[in-house]
Amino acid sequence: MAMMNRLLLIAEMDVQTWTYILVGITFTLYIAIAIWSRAGSTKEFYVAGGGVSPLANGMATAADWMSAASFISMAGIISFAGYDGAVYLMGWTGGYVLLALLLAPYLRKFGKFTVPDFIGDRYYSKTARIVAVFCALLVSFTYVAGQMRGVGIVFSRFLEVDINAGVIIGMLIVLFYAVLGGMKGITYTQVAQYCVLIFAFMVPAIFISIQMTGNPIPQLGFGAELNDGSGTYLLDKLDGLSTELGFAEYTEGSKSTIDVFAITLALMVGTAGLPHVIVRFFTVKRVKDARKSAGIALLLIVILYTTAPAVAAFARTNMIETVSNQPYSEVPEWFKKWETTGLITYNDKNNDGLINYVADASNNELIVDRDIMVLANPEIAKLPNWVIALVAAGGLAAALSTAAGLLLVISSSVSHDLIKKIIKPSISEKSELIAARLSAVGAVCVAGYFGINPPGFVAAVVALAFGLAAASFFPAIILGIFYKRMNKEGAIAGMIVGIVTMLLYMMKYKLGWFDAVLPNKTEWWFGISPEGFGTIAMMLNFIVSIIIMKFTKAPPQEVQAIVEDIRIPSGAGEATH
Amino acid sequence: MKRTNAKAYWRENIKYVSILLVIWFLVSYGVGILFKDQLNTIKIGGFKLGFWFAQQGSMYVFVILIFVYVRLMNKLDKKYGYDE
Repeated sequence: MAMMNRLLLIAEMDVQTWTYILVGITFTLYIAIAIWSRAGSTKEFYVAGGGVSPLANGMATAADWMSAASFISMAGIISFAGYDGAVYLMGWTGGYVLLALLLAPYLRKFGKFTVPDFIGDRYYSKTARIVAVFCALLVSFTYVAGQMRGVGIVFSRFLEVDINAGVIIGMLIVLFYAVLGGMKGITYTQVAQYCVLIFAFMVPAIFISIQMTGNPIPQLGFGAELNDGSGTYLLDKLDGLSTELGFAEYTEGSKSTIDVFAITLALMVGTAGLPHVIVRFFTVKRVKDARKSAGIALLLIVILYTTAPAVAAFARTNMIETVSNQPYSEVPEWFKKWETTGLITYNDKNNDGLINYVADASNNELIVDRDIMVLANPEIAKLPNWVIALVAAGGLAAALSTAAGLLLVISSSVSHDLIKKIIKPSISEKSELIAARLSAVGAVCVAGYFGINPPGFVAAVVALAFGLAAASFFPAIILGIFYKRMNKEGAIAGMIVGIVTMLLYMMKYKLGWFDAVLPNKTEWWFGISPEGFGTIAMMLNFIVSIIIMKFTKAPPQEVQAIVEDIRIPSGAGEATH
Repeated sequence: MKRTNAKAYWRENIKYVSILLVIWFLVSYGVGILFKDQLNTIKIGGFKLGFWFAQQGSMYVFVILIFVYVRLMNKLDKKYGYDE
């Protein structure tokens, strides 16, 4: 027994040592890049000097985009949701088509630093700018709090430090390279982070695909026959297992069609309206580079996004087969380890010593937190320790790269949109740069605070950041480009109505603030969940904008000239104040 | 002359974007969501077709759409002398 314990200890230490080594190497790399590419001017701080190549920008956008949610949670969510998981897959990739075709080229031609810059100039109004700043801050803060939490979870599980210590380490790292490097530093660290995270995601996926189906390409293994000689397709097997345990068939899902439709649309439009994604397209040289880098970014994202549903199906099958109806006394090592973190709980309700995992909540004895599927997957599949450690480094790369991008949006909203454009236009370039750095420090502290003390509603709200972006920015930007007659009255009214409706719906149906108990889903408007409501709020925004516009006067001639100008790709020049 | 040039460029651009967005819509919302049950009766390998489009196929199409757009627009820029 003592011998056994010692062996376990060595195995345990091994993952730990590997994690320290891999996380250490990657962090050193990020810091070295930050020092090498630190920003010397506001232009470098906000848009990396405007000379980033399409490939580098595509990689940076992909890393910026793929957060802890994509890397850690998404496959887990799909694993439990089956077909319904498609809302995230299509929603978070389809938005890039909108971005590439409808937004990126024109915003690049417009050539300013931030999204509120565009709204403020196109709608010739300080009020419009302030409303946009408010929306940008609201969207970015809800999003960034979730990232810091993700950093904390990875640290606490793999380095066995306290979750709060994990958040603080993450804060310090991000602080260092975001404050020093600004957009320039962030861009090049994100390029490195993309490489780390995609490698970390693909290696275990390939291993598991070979193990289960003999096919090294997870996207194909997903639809292949199992390796066990039974000749059954993986998905058929999984459908069978799911129905046996009382769950919906894996390939069918359980959400209503209208809700799947609404959520997918809200996520797509939200993606296209997220300020930290849009701003990445200000960093390339020409309009054609903006189009191309949107394509590269999506290609790089889709590599992970088409692998995730395969991983989800592998992990689900593996998990059910490993634990369902097995004696609790014989569960594998990883099961016990995750149990101590509270992310797996087992309660032997009928005292038979077996793990009864079924859909019916009153008889179900096992609860698995969906966030651990990706992190635990390599352990469940008994992969080598370095692979397990690699997943930790990848998860951190995903969380840090997104957090840094968001922090930059927050700091530029404050220093550029608020201070420079509204409060003190006479501020010098040097003081503005100092203000940008100080606001980045402030933003990291607030994000860290939310990471350590997550108010109950943060986690719930992160998913809704998309709805907020869809309800506020997307219509204002689209109309600003494609509808010359759109004026400030229409745009401001639309943004306010959109974001307020979204917030109210969220408070009522997601947070339950207006009722004694959270309203049942039968009360949802049109059967649409809070996650999908961004679609409705966005439509309201469009309708209100157009109606108000009809009754108010056309924008001034010079603004209409700006619109004509951004429609022509040549002569983009460099981003300026 | 310059103005009419810009107008013609814009009209062609809108035409391309509309066509590509119709495909974008049909693949994701049509095939992947609204008609997935009908398509699921067709099986290719281990995949039901509707399910495959929802979790794989639509994403490949998205990537292709953007690169087609990039090509079309680069050509259009040249045609109207907006290339740089």
